[in-house]
Amino acid sequence: MTLREVKDILDAEVLVGQEQMDKDVKTAFGADLMSDVLAFAKAGSLLLTGLTNPQVVRTSDVLDIAAIILVRGKKPSPETLTLAEELKIPIMTTKFILFETAGRLYQRGIVGCMERVDEERVRT
Amino acid sequence: MTKNVFAHETTLYENKFPVEGGNFDKAGQVSSQIKAILKRMKLSSEIIRRVALVSYESEINIVSYARKGHIHIQVKPDYVLIEAIDEGDGIPDLELAMQQGWSTASQRIREMGFGAGMGLCNIKNFSDFFRISSDVGKGTQLKMVIKIDKIFDGI
Repeated sequence: MTLREVKDILDAEVLVGQEQMDKDVKTAFGADLMSDVLAFAKAGSLLLTGLTNPQVVRTSDVLDIAAIILVRGKKPSPETLTLAEELKIPIMTTKFILFETAGRLYQRGIVGCMERVDEERVRT
Repeated sequence: MTKNVFAHETTLYENKFPVEGGNFDKAGQVSSQIKAILKRMKLSSEIIRRVALVSYESEINIVSYARKGHIHIQVKPDYVLIEAIDEGDGIPDLELAMQQGWSTASQRIREMGFGAGMGLCNIKNFSDFFRISSDVGKGTQLKMVIKIDKIFDGI
């Protein structure tokens, strides 16, 4: 699924990365705890989160996250947007809550980057 | 004393990056820099990701708990060495600090999405070698090695 389709499904507003809407994504991870994102999220996944500080962008950079989806209508700080532009990480914001956001994407074929945390640690 | 079997190997890259304690706006900058350097060196994405992750959690720890510190990185043909050394209060009980979920983090750190007592566990889990030592009142030292598997990394 392309980021453009993700945007349409979530009726989202693209804040950074308009030019990357053709990027393809297959998996996602949702959390507000960045240490969990670091431990479990896979490269190339979508990150669904309610956190809006620059650390969300840093964490996404470290993991090669395909795009950040801010849920519950959250708007990032100017510092967060500047950093995302600098590191070329797309950010969009949706009015859907985390549960709905995940559900709508799952229904359309996006899967979690892992099913259970007791699977072997994801390292790639 | 154990002999360093890799000692004879050429150093492909080495640098020491200062990290400012308490400066949350800059937290992660060093790790982004390290990641970009390793990318230019064409290390595999798996190795880069693990090095960046380990360095990032260490950087967050220095910013969160120490007055100042630095991250030292050394790339050898067979492994990447990352050291995170800080000047700060140190950790009185290392065993407790290594327990998942244990944390002394402030509200500020928690608001950033950290401070849930996972940082050191993540660092340990994503390293092939991990050592922590601390002097109360002086600071904490972390040493991590991530091996480069030439067969799988194609370098």
